[in-house]
Amino acid sequence: MLNFLQSAGQGGGGKKKVQFMENDTRLQINNISVVYSDVIQVLKGVSLTIKKGQVVSLLGSNGAGKTTTLKAISGLLKPENGKVTEGYIEYDGESIQNSSPEDITRKGIIQVLEGRQEFKYLTVEENLRVGTATRWGKPYQKDLGLVYNYFPALLARKKALAGYCSGGELQMLVIGRALMAHPQLLLLDEPSLGLAPLLVKEIFQIIKRINQEQEATLMVVEQNANMALQIAHYGYVMENGKIVLESEAAELRENPDVKEFYLGTAASGALKSYKDVKAYKRRKRWL
Amino acid sequence: MEFFLQLLVNGISLGFLYSLSALGFVMIFKSSSVLNLAHGELLAIGAFLFLAISTWAQLPIWLSFALTLVGTFLLGFIVERFFLRPLIGEDLIQVIMLTLGLGIMFKGLLLFVFGGDIHEYRTFLPEGLSLDLGIVRIPSVNVATFIIGILFLILFGFFFKYSSQGIYMRSVADNQSAALSLGVHVRRVFALSWAIAFIVAAMSGIVLGIINGINVHELSAIGLKVFPVVILGGLDSIGGAILGGIIIGLLETFTGGYISTSLREIIPYIVLIIILMVKPYGLFGLVEIERV
Ligand SMILES: Nc1ncnc2c1ncn2[C@@H]1O[C@H](COP(=O)(O)OP(=O)(O)O)[C@@H](O)[C@H]1O
Ligand SMILES: [Mg+2]
Repeated sequence: MLNFLQSAGQGGGGKKKVQFMENDTRLQINNISVVYSDVIQVLKGVSLTIKKGQVVSLLGSNGAGKTTTLKAISGLLKPENGKVTEGYIEYDGESIQNSSPEDITRKGIIQVLEGRQEFKYLTVEENLRVGTATRWGKPYQKDLGLVYNYFPALLARKKALAGYCSGGELQMLVIGRALMAHPQLLLLDEPSLGLAPLLVKEIFQIIKRINQEQEATLMVVEQNANMALQIAHYGYVMENGKIVLESEAAELRENPDVKEFYLGTAASGALKSYKDVKAYKRRKRWL
Repeated sequence: MEFFLQLLVNGISLGFLYSLSALGFVMIFKSSSVLNLAHGELLAIGAFLFLAISTWAQLPIWLSFALTLVGTFLLGFIVERFFLRPLIGEDLIQVIMLTLGLGIMFKGLLLFVFGGDIHEYRTFLPEGLSLDLGIVRIPSVNVATFIIGILFLILFGFFFKYSSQGIYMRSVADNQSAALSLGVHVRRVFALSWAIAFIVAAMSGIVLGIINGINVHELSAIGLKVFPVVILGGLDSIGGAILGGIIIGLLETFTGGYISTSLREIIPYIVLIIILMVKPYGLFGLVEIERV
């Protein structure tokens, strides 16, 4: 097979192969550096590739720079006074680094923020309607049906204020809300954070279904490597603003370092850092 | 009894005007945390625009009204676009100072164009609009106030509850970064809140102009009463702004009617001070929903 392609390459088929490779790539991050407030460098040359239709997981401990990576993609660095200073980000072959969130979301990239950022004083259904912002004016009834189909618990709570929902309901709500936008690339930041194990399992099953049924490409940031690697095709491990490891998810699961640090199966099993989640309240107010 | 009822009617209708104007103020504050110190001038701009169109250009009243609505809406967009937007991301205090400067500039422009005299609209409210309820007679201007007030409050109620843009606006007020992450056009929401603020301020400016005559200084001073109203109702509560307006309107007319007319003008500010001391978030300010 490989032989055939190589020999065909001498003809004009080689070009076809290259093109196929390009079309296969949804997102390409090439050697980016991210700096906050002009002085705090957080990402130091990060490269990663997300292929169409895949689930890619990005693992790493607290403070590694995972959220920053997602925000570099979604354009949400700007309100926090962060900037991609080097490298480039291409989505479907188009450069998007430092584009505005309005433009990036309209290309189909939707980020589900860390820590379940619901609209407290809006009802569950109103929260879902905000998800239609990129498609303002288009019908959304069918999408509501779809979300309620994935998350029947939300249907029962649709008139309740989101501020009064439980953690599990909220995680469903924020994922459902993102689905309303018809995402091509869905970025999930720590969806398992602070949820009971049974609920985590349920959420991850639905994430997997979304990948398969909605033809959405997914990037899942997690400290819960075990869960993330079960549904992922490919995985990256990040430390101190750098990618230190990458491979097929199955392979990553077997990697001794990953086992020790992230799967907690080694004797030391240091899975403590789970809970000490920091929230960055000091982000610059963006009027 | 008759006197009491008359005061009640006057108080509520004045209150509606305050509510309407406070609605615009609260909207800007909710969406962008900006205290609009030019609020009084927005009332004056609306009142003078209507004067120019209806009385000077002599266009039919309904058309003048419609043109004033459209005109102030566009002005709101323009002001946001040219003055507020460049300051997005700067410190809040700079933005608030900008609104102070804008107010002074608007006032100067109005004085330049219309002078400092008291102007009057040509009479256009039909006498038939007044209501005779036996013991009290409600003059047509008050009836018009009720109609405009209730109409706009219902209109905005529906807008915020059911329309997509209204829901997007509330989402920005609620959690700005989440709204951004979903592609809500936050700058458009700011612009819309200014446009709506201009419109509702114009409505109350016009009606106040019918009652008291149109004068730059007076209208912008009345506009300042938005502060007691929103402090009473809670800066971030639309329902609070409406109730706060009615309470302040009633307080004013009753103080004027039963105690003294000179106290009337300062009673709203006395309330403001008392509320700040005992209940700084206002009577209806949002209570943070606590996680359990
Ligand atoms: N808005 C910000 N301003 C300055 N530093 C920040 C900001 N956000 C995050 N950081 C810093 O960047 C580093 C990585 O943060 P983050 O991307 O949130 O990591 P992770 O999501 O992997 O926990 C941390 O050391 C944090 O202190
Ligand atoms: Mg994070």
